[in-house]
Amino acid sequence: MTEKQNLKQRLEAVNEYERTPIPKNKLKGWKSFIGTYAGEHTAGTEFVLGPLFVAHGASAGDLVSGLIVGNILAILSWAFFTGKVAVKTRVTLYYQLEKIAGNRFTLIYNIVNAALFCFLAGSMIAVSATAVGIPFNLQMPSLTDVYPNSVGWIITVFAIGAITTVVAMFGFNVISKFANIAAPWMIMVFIAAAVGVLPRLGINSFSDFWPIAESTIWNGIPLEGQSKFTFWHIMFFSWFCNMGMHIGMADMSILRYAKKWTYGFSTTGGVFLGHFIAWMASGILYSLFLLESNGSLVFAPGPIAYEAAGIAGAVCVVIAGWTTANPTLYRAGLAIQSINPKWKTWKVTLFVGIVTTIAACFPALVMQLLEFVALYGLILMPLGAVIFLDVFVLPKMGLASNYAELTKSHFNPAVGITWGISLVFCLGLNIWGGIEIFFLGLPGWFVAVFVYLLASKALQKKTANSSPTIPLTY
Amino acid sequence: MLTILKIISFIGLAFTLVPSFLVMKGVIDPQHSKILMLIGTIVWFITASFWMNKKENEEEAG
Repeated sequence: MTEKQNLKQRLEAVNEYERTPIPKNKLKGWKSFIGTYAGEHTAGTEFVLGPLFVAHGASAGDLVSGLIVGNILAILSWAFFTGKVAVKTRVTLYYQLEKIAGNRFTLIYNIVNAALFCFLAGSMIAVSATAVGIPFNLQMPSLTDVYPNSVGWIITVFAIGAITTVVAMFGFNVISKFANIAAPWMIMVFIAAAVGVLPRLGINSFSDFWPIAESTIWNGIPLEGQSKFTFWHIMFFSWFCNMGMHIGMADMSILRYAKKWTYGFSTTGGVFLGHFIAWMASGILYSLFLLESNGSLVFAPGPIAYEAAGIAGAVCVVIAGWTTANPTLYRAGLAIQSINPKWKTWKVTLFVGIVTTIAACFPALVMQLLEFVALYGLILMPLGAVIFLDVFVLPKMGLASNYAELTKSHFNPAVGITWGISLVFCLGLNIWGGIEIFFLGLPGWFVAVFVYLLASKALQKKTANSSPTIPLTY
Repeated sequence: MLTILKIISFIGLAFTLVPSFLVMKGVIDPQHSKILMLIGTIVWFITASFWMNKKENEEEAG
């Protein structure tokens, strides 16, 4: 009984400052961010996305150059967009958006956002399940699977979902600490798994690598039914695969704990380890799998890693999926909680965890991960543009920031118009212009900027140009 | 004590990485590499959990 009470007290004591700026004494050092981002970007998704470049026929030269340029652009976005806004406001994306757009708009946005986060976390739980299922001879999903293929799959997914949810219920500190410990080990396993199979591809020395990388691993020929990826696909994908987090401002939830905006650069390690080394490593593993299985359609990161690195490889898949699912679940919890701040964080996270686990049962979530990741970033992007402009640009134009809070309005139409027009524009480019989803983020962002400035100028009534929010001095 | 623990942790980490290069060079076979990686994994998680988050906690308190 006492233990139960203690647990409840601990859960209710988790205070994540949902509606107040992070106090100065709660700010975190570099190490916390480096660990969190390394854990997050060396993740279960890497076991899916790396093979994608192989399947889409990326050439070795395009892959390396595209990833370098795209990753640098992503890091700059984290620092100059998310870092600057997060440190200036020190609140979550959800609360900031409520001040700008009003609580009615935020309600819709939060539901959309939480659903997207749930699906992302769900796909990571599914990736972990492919490794956990190995000792039970679980029937693995294939590229064409949509529905769960066995009861065993559902049981495995529910077991992983339960653990993920319980950890997320204890808040950011627990997640951050585990990610810190797992991150260096995970990247070692990624590298080791790939290096260990190189002799099977005919690589026995470092000088053998590049010629075989060009001719065998990333030979520039897409698999049947897959489109061809060029330098531009790879560059834009690596820049925008986390668009929701940086330009879309979701990582305000994390970076509001940073002492300086430059902590946005702490993403560098994570991004290059995860979205360069880990993608290349998983690409090597998948390429070997395709060669040795004569192009099998089974798509299960767990067995591939187990075959290459033994039990350590399988455990790596589980933990990689888990360290992505956990912060994503935490973000989803924050999104839902901002609908009603009176709800307890742990209860909301429990609810979100159940929804996520149910979604994770469907393998289609993993197989369509590429399109989903691109869509998710695109949907959140216009609101990121709105927040950035509202914090930094509107005051310079003589317009009011936090307009909904200032006018005590429940809905700021300028934000609604911006979101709607930007997404319709992107949809139009996709349908009628034939522009692939990976390329829509950039023109969409400029449209969002243009529309928000124009709509704010047109719709803001003459008010005092000062925000009701007291500026922070740290 | 903490220094010894850290040294053991990094030896564990090295055990997860180095064997694969030995496989590439043909010094050991893949099966041995997998066993060494598992040992390295266990050593890392057991030892690193004692020191990895300590500095951060002290930094926050400071």
